[in-house]
Amino acid sequence: MTISRGAAVSNEAVAMPRKSRGPWALAFAKLKRNRAAMASLAIFLLILIACLSAPLYARWAGVDPFSSTLDAVIQIDGAEVPVMEQSTEGLGLGYTPLGPTWRLGNYFLGADSQGRDVMARLLYGGLNSLFIAGAATIFTLIFGTSAGLVAGYFGGVTDTILSRFLDVLWAFPIYLLAISLSIVMIAQGITIGPITIESGSLWLPVIIIGIVYVPYVARPIRGQVLSLRNSEFVLAAINLGVPGSRILWRDILPNITTTLIVFVPLMMALNMLTESALSFLSIGVQPPDASWGTIIQDGQALLYTRPIVALAPGIAIAISVMALNVFGDGLRDALDPRSKVQLGRD
Amino acid sequence: MKKLLLAASAATLLAGIGLAPAQAEYIKEHRGGTIRLLARSAAGTLDPHINYTDQGWQMYQPVYDGLVAFRKAEGMDGFTIVPDLAEALPEVSNDGKTFTFKLRKGIKFSNGQDLTVKDVVASFQRIFKVSGPTSGTFYAGIVGADKCLADTKSCTLEGGVVVDEAASTVTLNIAKPDAEFLYKLALPHAVTLPADTPAEDMGSKPIPSTGAYMISAFDPNKGMTVSRNPHFKQWSEEAQPDGYPDVVQYDYGLSEEAGVTAIQNGEADWMFDALPSDRLVELGTKFKDQLHISPLSAWWYAPLNTRLAPFDNEKARQAVAFAVDRSTLVKLFGGKVLASPVCQVLPPDFPGHEDYCPFTKNPGAKWSAPDLDKAKQLVEESGTKGQKVTIIVEDTAVSRSIGVYLQSVLTSIGYVADVKPISTNIQFTYIQNTNNKVQMSVSQWYKDYPAASDFLNILFGCASFREGSDASINISGFCDKDIDAKMQKALDLGVTDQVAADKMWAEIDKQITDKAPAVGLFTPKRLDFVSKRVGNFKFNRQFNWMITQSWVQ
Repeated sequence: MTISRGAAVSNEAVAMPRKSRGPWALAFAKLKRNRAAMASLAIFLLILIACLSAPLYARWAGVDPFSSTLDAVIQIDGAEVPVMEQSTEGLGLGYTPLGPTWRLGNYFLGADSQGRDVMARLLYGGLNSLFIAGAATIFTLIFGTSAGLVAGYFGGVTDTILSRFLDVLWAFPIYLLAISLSIVMIAQGITIGPITIESGSLWLPVIIIGIVYVPYVARPIRGQVLSLRNSEFVLAAINLGVPGSRILWRDILPNITTTLIVFVPLMMALNMLTESALSFLSIGVQPPDASWGTIIQDGQALLYTRPIVALAPGIAIAISVMALNVFGDGLRDALDPRSKVQLGRD
Repeated sequence: MKKLLLAASAATLLAGIGLAPAQAEYIKEHRGGTIRLLARSAAGTLDPHINYTDQGWQMYQPVYDGLVAFRKAEGMDGFTIVPDLAEALPEVSNDGKTFTFKLRKGIKFSNGQDLTVKDVVASFQRIFKVSGPTSGTFYAGIVGADKCLADTKSCTLEGGVVVDEAASTVTLNIAKPDAEFLYKLALPHAVTLPADTPAEDMGSKPIPSTGAYMISAFDPNKGMTVSRNPHFKQWSEEAQPDGYPDVVQYDYGLSEEAGVTAIQNGEADWMFDALPSDRLVELGTKFKDQLHISPLSAWWYAPLNTRLAPFDNEKARQAVAFAVDRSTLVKLFGGKVLASPVCQVLPPDFPGHEDYCPFTKNPGAKWSAPDLDKAKQLVEESGTKGQKVTIIVEDTAVSRSIGVYLQSVLTSIGYVADVKPISTNIQFTYIQNTNNKVQMSVSQWYKDYPAASDFLNILFGCASFREGSDASINISGFCDKDIDAKMQKALDLGVTDQVAADKMWAEIDKQITDKAPAVGLFTPKRLDFVSKRVGNFKFNRQFNWMITQSWVQ
């Protein structure tokens, strides 16, 4: 069967020369056929769009998700309902925040312990979480790729120094390293040359998370570069006297692009989890700013009465991370050279 | 009027007569069993000369004794000083600089050793040898203390603590009269330990004790077992009464949520940590008979750094004091049952306290509402509008929520504010150190002993401010020479006329409040949740619930 089909294709090619599909087109075609990956991408994009609409939602709902509104009163079915309800029975101890109203624009997910609209904070929190995860991914890819390229291509002392430095970074438990960096940076901010990053800036968690994951990218990239460094086309370029920087930029980098693309969703998922964990520990996003991690932390004190405050961002993180991971797997399958061979046989 | 007085006296007498046999009955009937306590973690070192925590001090009460003690009584009576290891309160001579105590006979440590005057002198030396946290403050007035502070290892307190073994007397000499000296002697940092106790932090190793109980086992990760001291014979019910339970089992590691559930289910009898806020409604309705609300001599406040912009400007500080809505803060703490709004430094019912609130809508005795217009006007006048302010808070639910609220208040009156929660373990020292340039923070102060100076002089005295030190308890960096001199006068006056001194402290309280080096937020109350089987709950204003005075059977 295979032979006759192959023969048919061959005859057709001879009869009518066909424009051959490039590797990117093949990969995209393969990705499109992966329904789970495409569904995950759609889910992730929906979450992204929802989070991007956070300022619009807050304006529409008429709420300020960053200010305490303990005395606020809202209207539900014509009745006035306090956002924070004081206990009137027994000893009259404690306040309970409003529960979910399930009405968009009117405390859909209820209020937190400061009387703030949880839905608005969830959207703003998602915006911050996604921004940090995305920016940290770019940071990690730039520095990890640079380190991997330089170490793998130049070898020798350069490789030894860079690799040992990455080993040291790798040897630290990720969260311990992130917490140590956070405690130093979050309290005082940092100044690198002319650039000063204020202590409350979202760029701080970006840098912290970006730094701790550099070895995760640099090591596999270095391995790939080591192998490419000894390939015939690179050796030929070297013998022709092409400068190293040009070889790295023109010959090696394009050959590791697929690996880098696969890293993007997977690193984003990892960075989202790390950001949430750091913010949960109060060393990521600083109040009154929100991230999904800080909202979980706020909700921790309400687990008994208003579990939705912690559950909602938890679910959002789980869905986003799962979507990114499934999409990342699909992307890897699509960009895998072995997959391309299979795709060509079809 | 006379009849009424006679009737009152008779009632008091009858109550007094009636109390003794009733208590004897109670002891018989309820004596025994194990009372089970919970805390998220241990209170640090077991060493009473070093431990400086509420949790530790509470547990030391039935365990250790000093020459004098705070009376083991309910409420404000707990602020009274009574003789403990000493037969009577000291004879004071030499213009209030010499205190002579006669030691009781027949008292033994839990290891069977007799208590002697040697143990007393060795214990005073040990306060300095282990560099106790209050050795440089509370006990620095003892003659010879300066040498001990300079060279801790060879501390002898020569001339400061003099003993007469034959007469069993201990004489303490202090450099200048101190009206609060007996309070300081009644604190756990001055308890008497066996003379051969190593002069180092004993950490997890229990030290033999003279009290009704002894620490028989301790694992900082698991718990502490406190059992009856086999050599204890009650010598003073008001200083060291016998207790009801045979064993106090203090377990560590359970979260506050789990602790509440354990008490509800009768698996534990009490928890040290604050009750989680989302359980308050449930506890206040379904378990109200098991809750005890008690007033505390404490202050939640927001220190404003008077040496850094914008709060180096008095008007900027007053603006914040006017803007803060104390009723919101009370809500964040759990409601008005658990806290009361305040403007001033000294807590209600405290010596020197006179109601005063200049930072409210209608200035007077009590806070009524924030005055945002006035606050905004003061910010304008101060020329500090638009400046950046960072608020440093503890990483706890309540402290964080207060920080977030204060951030929104500062923003509303024209500052660019942010809030930074940092680990509870380091926040207190972090905000004290001037190198960290903290502009504003949220902190709490719980009295060491019932004297106005313990709030005013300690928190706002010039001597309490130390540049670049983690132990600069004057967090605001406030130093007003005139007020400082007045505080010194009040301290001196207290030696001869405490009532007049307290009047003076009331004036000082008002003067400091006016200058707003800190914003008074609220006075908290203590909420204790006990199991159904706990009886005879008694709350002492000095050291909180008297654990062993309650019974469990």
